[in-house]
Amino acid sequence: MSDPIQTHDLTGIRCPLPIVKLNQIIAAAALGEELLVAADDPAFAPDVRAWCRRTGHELIELDQQDGVTSVRLRRSA
Amino acid sequence: MTQSLKSPDLLQTLADRVDELEKRLAGTPSSDRLCLMVYSGELDRLMAAFTMATGAAASGMSVSMFFTFWGTPALKSPALKSSGGSATKKPFMDRLMGLMLPGGFDNRKLSKLDFLGFGRRMMQHRMKRMGIASLSELVTLAGQLGVQLTVCEMSMSLMGISQDDLLEYPHLTIAGAATFVDDASRAATTLFI
Repeated sequence: MSDPIQTHDLTGIRCPLPIVKLNQIIAAAALGEELLVAADDPAFAPDVRAWCRRTGHELIELDQQDGVTSVRLRRSA
Repeated sequence: MTQSLKSPDLLQTLADRVDELEKRLAGTPSSDRLCLMVYSGELDRLMAAFTMATGAAASGMSVSMFFTFWGTPALKSPALKSSGGSATKKPFMDRLMGLMLPGGFDNRKLSKLDFLGFGRRMMQHRMKRMGIASLSELVTLAGQLGVQLTVCEMSMSLMGISQDDLLEYPHLTIAGAATFVDDASRAATTLFI
């Protein structure tokens, strides 16, 4: 079994801060590493999709529940 | 073709053509570059500009912002407040311009619903409550993300702003129209705010 992945909390902040923070988090991750992030910014779901398209990181899973968007992604660039 | 392959000049011809193509490519606008012309000085317009700039920089783009006319006084050091000038003695008109065009970020007027500052304070209260970054926080982030600020020299002179009056920012240069044109020609996207 692999180690459980820590979830990075990006709640309580609004555009563009979740993307700015996500950029810092991914920069600190290793190539191929999987990350979990959670944000409550309503713009985060479309924004994280666009951000992954632009930056080339892989969006593995996106889930929305009770106003929170949870994303699993992989550093691919 | 067989004839030209035997030519001793072939390598040189190819090298010349590669050089030519590389030169042409270097002048092609890049979708990885964003260029903003910041003409306005109101809080809302500057927030839109810095939100896009930091968002783009955090998406791996290289961002340049050119400040001209009413955008220029915003880049005066917040430490100057509305005193109108630096320690060095300035001509009267320069000091007058300084008083009329205060610097700093978070106390700027809104372009709409300002209501003599009441709307501004209400907006800032809502921003804080919602976790929206203040303008000064966005500018600090822009600095950390490597967003390049260029200040229009002509606007600075016109508005009595000296180099010493400008805020401390890690990537700031003073230049003119040709610098903006060069930045804009290399960016696939240029916005006027």
